[in-house]
Amino acid sequence: MSTLLAVEKVTVRFGGLVAVSEVDFHVNEGELVGLIGPNGAGKTTLFNLVTGVYTPTTGRIHFDRKLVNGLNSSSITEMGVARTFQNIRLFNSLSVLDNVVAAFNLHLQSGFLGALWRGAAFRSEEKQIRNEALALLEIFGLQAAAQSPCRSLSYGDQRRLEIVRALATRPKLLLLDEPAAGMNPTEKVDLMRLIRFTQEQFKLAVLLVEHDMKVVMGICERIAVLEYGRKIAEGTPEEIQKDRRVIAAYLGEEVTDA
Amino acid sequence: MNELLQQLINGLSLGAVYALIALGYTMVYGVLRFINFAHGDVFMVGAFTGMYFGRWLKPLAAAWPEWLFASTVLLVSMLSCAILGIVLERLAYKPLRERPRLTVLITAIGVSLLLEYAGQLVFGAAPRGFPSLITSSSISGIEGLHASNIQVIVLVVTALLLWGLHLVVMRTRLGLAMRALSLNPTAARLMGVNTNVVISFTFGIGSALAAAGAIFYASLYQAIDPFMGVLPGMKAFVAAVLGGIGSLPGAMVGGLILGVVETLVVGYSQLLGIPPGYRDAVAFVILILILLFKPSGLFGKTMREKV
Amino acid sequence: MGARSLVLIAALAVGLVSFCFTGHPEAAWPLAQIDDYLLNILILAGINVILAVSLNIVNGHTGQFSLGHAGFMAVGAYGSAALTQLNGKACLASLSFLGSAAPLGLFVLSLLVGGLLAALAGLAVGLPSLRLKGDYLAIVTLGFGEIIRVMIQNTESLGGARGLAGIPNHTTLGWTWLVSLISIYCVGSLVNSTYGRGFLAVRDDEIAAEAMGINTTRYKVTAFVVGAFFAGLAGGLYAHFIGYVTPEGFSFLKSVDVVVMVILGGMGSTAGVTVAAIGLTFLNEALREAEQYRMVAFALLLIILMITRPQGLLGGLGGLARWLPGKGGKS
Repeated sequence: MSTLLAVEKVTVRFGGLVAVSEVDFHVNEGELVGLIGPNGAGKTTLFNLVTGVYTPTTGRIHFDRKLVNGLNSSSITEMGVARTFQNIRLFNSLSVLDNVVAAFNLHLQSGFLGALWRGAAFRSEEKQIRNEALALLEIFGLQAAAQSPCRSLSYGDQRRLEIVRALATRPKLLLLDEPAAGMNPTEKVDLMRLIRFTQEQFKLAVLLVEHDMKVVMGICERIAVLEYGRKIAEGTPEEIQKDRRVIAAYLGEEVTDA
Repeated sequence: MNELLQQLINGLSLGAVYALIALGYTMVYGVLRFINFAHGDVFMVGAFTGMYFGRWLKPLAAAWPEWLFASTVLLVSMLSCAILGIVLERLAYKPLRERPRLTVLITAIGVSLLLEYAGQLVFGAAPRGFPSLITSSSISGIEGLHASNIQVIVLVVTALLLWGLHLVVMRTRLGLAMRALSLNPTAARLMGVNTNVVISFTFGIGSALAAAGAIFYASLYQAIDPFMGVLPGMKAFVAAVLGGIGSLPGAMVGGLILGVVETLVVGYSQLLGIPPGYRDAVAFVILILILLFKPSGLFGKTMREKV
Repeated sequence: MGARSLVLIAALAVGLVSFCFTGHPEAAWPLAQIDDYLLNILILAGINVILAVSLNIVNGHTGQFSLGHAGFMAVGAYGSAALTQLNGKACLASLSFLGSAAPLGLFVLSLLVGGLLAALAGLAVGLPSLRLKGDYLAIVTLGFGEIIRVMIQNTESLGGARGLAGIPNHTTLGWTWLVSLISIYCVGSLVNSTYGRGFLAVRDDEIAAEAMGINTTRYKVTAFVVGAFFAGLAGGLYAHFIGYVTPEGFSFLKSVDVVVMVILGGMGSTAGVTVAAIGLTFLNEALREAEQYRMVAFALLLIILMITRPQGLLGGLGGLARWLPGKGGKS
């Protein structure tokens, strides 16, 4: 199994604040890895570093053996990294379907001129994208809402739509930022199944940030723990559950908060 | 050398006016995070208030010493504009507090147009002469140097106003609340800062300073019209960005720099190979350069969007 | 966009082209009765439609805020007039192979040159403005517009502050509305495609758009360039309609005029913006006597609209929108 994402000694400072410090971390191809830690531990910042929203102050990030430091988000996505957002960031004025369609942009053959000329190649591509988008929506049970404005979806459905939209970019690595937040227990079980399914179906590596320990322990093959911007532990779910530093980090905080 | 000194004096007195207007932009931006497009037009109203009030007061104050007459006009104009600023904020901007910034910006453009065209209706479109508040005389210590007493007074009074502003912002409770609000609106509100009062206060002070700038500007150039606020307004905004929007010292320094650079470009147009007609483009070129190379300005802080 | 609207546009375009080439509107049957006054307003309306629809791709669909549209219009106007008026003889001579159609050929060529020059200006404005958002972008575009104006004012060969007179009157109703329809079609088609969803995505959430692999930089520049190109065409048409251009005519206030059309029509709605541009042109004419009050009323309208109905007066114009491309904007 080869390494897909390699984070080497990455540090990022915002003014005087060190948000992520000397973190070493990797994700192998097709692996499902969890990233946990108390609030403010730097999990989302790490996501933002990997996806190019922020640039590391020091250290290096490789994806698919290519250095991605300093690249802009869209080029990193083009290399095969897709993500969802903790605070949902859908394209609010677009329909559910168009949110997914927009994410096909990356693989579009007919661009500016195609859209103006509207020839046969353009029309068949539009049709194909539409069908693919609908098929993706169907996996996540959203096909019925395809034409509705995405704002009308329930919170849980909006989170699912974010995953669908990310999948539309055809990633090799999917970063999920608290996908289960705001879901009820049944929805969470369902989500776990879906994450597993997409991972196998699309042969993805998944990096999961999640506060719900049931979800994390239930599906992750490997877990890394961050605290105050540093990695304090890494291992299988069993190892992490027994790790004294992890227990200490979580002490006083409800382990299963959602 | 004298030539350069002369240009510097001209530039600084113009820069003082820009600085006074720029403070209003920067203070409002600090508390509300939006550019009050109509600020330059409040400046215009300040000039007209000064003109009308000055003309009305002149015969009554014939026996007054000149400085008392001039400062009365200045204070009345500042006070009227403070009220205007507060009223505009209450009527036009307050209902939009939680709306997208673009909506507020468009509203501000609307307010700006309203003041300009209503000004045209009320004051007439033609330029009007501004009454002289202080008898103009030339101060010349060094040969070939012509500084008018008005230029010197403008610089001195501006310095006094800035010092007063510094005291208000750093030493009063409202000033503290203003600083708190611009640092973190939510936290300030949770700590019991009355946002509405602070915002009104900010608009009031900013507008009063613009009115002072207007009286100085009108005294220096002696002609005023309903559209006189457009260019100085935009240039003052550039000054605010140059100094780092949100920063009070930045606005002062930015205003002075802009006034001096603009005057130098015109004064040495032949030497620089830039036609004097480009005077009004100087500010925009500076703006574009600043935004390209140091968007946070000289004294500003960079802000980061939370993802 | 459905086949229905394609057919509609094609039919209109064929009808218009047919009388573009007849030279004079009297030859076209349904418009034979139009008097000169109405004709002029209709031409102005057409030019305003081009301006509003093209600004809409920047301000409406892509969610940027440009206040410099008049600058691009000026580039188009002066650019095209430079060919037909300043260098008219030389250009006509080199087009002599067209025979009697040479003046018309030169006119079309000059429009395109004006549009392309404006597009270049759009590129020049778009590239450095990328890092800016909202109010900053508005001020910078405003600044660029003013710089363009000041440059023209100080260029003696373009007439300086006096302006440029004696531009041949080539612009007809047919040409104006042909270009209007082309601009409506282009903006509508661009937006209503997978490619065009990128513009809307940039407007809705830039960070999410980037994360979905949408190159926001390229989209923003594209929007600026396309918008500027059509504004340039509108400028060329305007110059060859009025016959006389001055730098003052392309000041910040002209940009605000176009912004008002886009806002009234509802940002992002091509149909709404088209209707608003036509309506405002007529309203402007009707209120010409009361010029001073007109602007006061507009300003008040703008403020009240923003407070009570920020989606625009015509935003969500359902029935009509279905007949025109570019119904993309729902916000």
